[in-house]
Amino acid sequence: MVAATAEDTGRGDRRMNPRIEAKRSRTVEVNGQACRVWEKGEGRALVFLAGFGGLSRWTPCLEHLAARRRVIAPSLPGFPGTSTIGPLYNHLDWLLAAHDLISGAERERCDLMGVSLGAALAADVAALWPGLADRLVLVSALGLFDEGEPSADPFAQRPGTLPQLLCANPERYAAHIAAADGADPVEWTVMTTRANEAAARLLWPVGDTGLASRLGRIHNDTLLVWGEADRVVPASYRPRFSGGIAGKTRVEIIPGAGHMVDLDAPELLAQRVDAFLSGARA
Amino acid sequence: MNLLWFHLMPYTDLPEDFRDKHPSVWVDIDSRLFDPQRAHTLYNDFIDELEYAAEVGFDGVCVNEHHANGYGLMPSPNLIAAALARGTKDAALCVMGNSLALYNPPLRIAEEMAMIDCISGGRLIAGFPLGTPMDTTFAYGQNPSTLREKYDEARRLILRAWSEPDPFAFNGRFTKLRYVNIWPRPIQRPHPPIWIPGGGARETWAMCARESYVFAALSYFGFEASRSVLGGYWQEMERHGRDRNPYQAGYLQFVGVAETHAEAMKLYREPAEYFYGRCLRVDPRYTSPPGYTTESSVRAAATRPTQGVAQFQDRAPDFGQILERGYIVAGEPDEVAARLRQIATDLNIGQLMLLLQFGNMGKPLARYNTRLFAERVMPQIADLFKDQWEDRWWPQRLKTRAAATVA
Repeated sequence: MVAATAEDTGRGDRRMNPRIEAKRSRTVEVNGQACRVWEKGEGRALVFLAGFGGLSRWTPCLEHLAARRRVIAPSLPGFPGTSTIGPLYNHLDWLLAAHDLISGAERERCDLMGVSLGAALAADVAALWPGLADRLVLVSALGLFDEGEPSADPFAQRPGTLPQLLCANPERYAAHIAAADGADPVEWTVMTTRANEAAARLLWPVGDTGLASRLGRIHNDTLLVWGEADRVVPASYRPRFSGGIAGKTRVEIIPGAGHMVDLDAPELLAQRVDAFLSGARA
Repeated sequence: MNLLWFHLMPYTDLPEDFRDKHPSVWVDIDSRLFDPQRAHTLYNDFIDELEYAAEVGFDGVCVNEHHANGYGLMPSPNLIAAALARGTKDAALCVMGNSLALYNPPLRIAEEMAMIDCISGGRLIAGFPLGTPMDTTFAYGQNPSTLREKYDEARRLILRAWSEPDPFAFNGRFTKLRYVNIWPRPIQRPHPPIWIPGGGARETWAMCARESYVFAALSYFGFEASRSVLGGYWQEMERHGRDRNPYQAGYLQFVGVAETHAEAMKLYREPAEYFYGRCLRVDPRYTSPPGYTTESSVRAAATRPTQGVAQFQDRAPDFGQILERGYIVAGEPDEVAARLRQIATDLNIGQLMLLLQFGNMGKPLARYNTRLFAERVMPQIADLFKDQWEDRWWPQRLKTRAAATVA
């Protein structure tokens, strides 16, 4: 299979400032396939699970976070940095894959952060394997569903409308998934389509992963971040997370940000996360 | 060539301003547009039309499956086929449902199709469509990313259920059963002929080649749209070392016949514009769920973006465009016969499915179209391929009859 050569290498940044270090890349095996792990920065480890689209490029949010800690961004099966969704047929399969990916990417107890579908998985991993993560950051977490106030359907979108649904600044999402310079356009299309399929594999049809019944198993100190202008998750879902999680929770609403807060407000989000993770630990 | 009379069972009373006021004929179509009393008349008219087609000599009658759909009133084609099993005598019953991944357990399909085969005396053709994205993933909530695997597992289960004499256990990924032992069993052994309606997925062509199923190109957009699909199918057949037996390929065509060309132009304009204008109004939100299209098809489409065939379109062609593009073949009997003969020869298809009722066409016109076709077109094209190839995808009992008739 031809690689999509999904890459922003950071070379532009380094040309401007030779002191900016490049991210490191390695792989972790999950279900027999190599999943890419990007890593940058020094200090305490923060494992990051991305949202819709995965990580086809290093993002400004990760760059900000990496200034103060060691950011580890592993790719879930099916998302950029992997070649297939593989044998993920039920939620237990997904949770084992997420667990193996996180524990393979960082062997020590780490802080854990997820965005959107990545947050749904991060929350479940924290619930099922209490020793794996210390502090938890859930940004625009999915995983719940309320018939009375359904979350938006990210899979029933007219051509070109997904960026408006996911970001308050739609061009941010469009740029996030746009083909990198020099990438094979066909394979890039295949890669981004597969990332959407992986999201559907996890969330179809309504995005209820059963997380509601497991929130009470989360004892981690947890930061819950919501974009003020999130068009995917209704605001009424927020207290279900803060009220359901057994650990101490803090809620941050990011003004003007949509669902993908990490793309809409990378610097502000990184500041809030830094503040939370740098606070005194019990 | 076999000639099959195909009914979509469209709701005929969508309002004139449907396109302007309603985003979709499918999935979230406004239920307030549906009048059950009107449907009572329509269902009975439609069944009459199918029975009439069988009576005037069509080789088979076809029904299909759609859900939450304003142009297809058959969520359960098996119900209509059951009625036809009683109301027809010598026609094949081509049931172009059931979408195998939608039923839990899929044994229900094995059972109901066995019932239809028994009631009809072995006249069933079992259609196994994957199903459209609108039907399967949105109206029936199936995960598009696993739909094909689930379909394939169901297909294997149904075939075993039809053919294995003893109870067996089935430990599939999607269906687990300790006791599989359906009762009744189909008359046709080892099982009824299997036809797969489909589009351009190479995986589907390969399955038809490998398993000896009929591949049926069911497009609403005529010969030109189906040429690349059937061309791809025949190439795939060749790759598998299969011969070009036309009876292993089907094709759907809208047809309007009248005494004169001018009369055809007059009669079929309204139902054609109704179908292509109102019935194909499908919100693009529902046409491409991620994972429904296989990765190889995504790659092929990305490589050759201009070759993709849109199954649904957000525009309403007028009758002139509909004819010009060949969506409908309309005219006097001789010109229709000549055109259909040419299409069948070019596409190399021996199973020609005909939509002679379409859009809001009423019963009298559907009957007229059907009768003229049977009397004046059928005799000019029915002989095609008959002496050259053996049809191994047709109910055995009816083949004997056909041979007797020809003799």
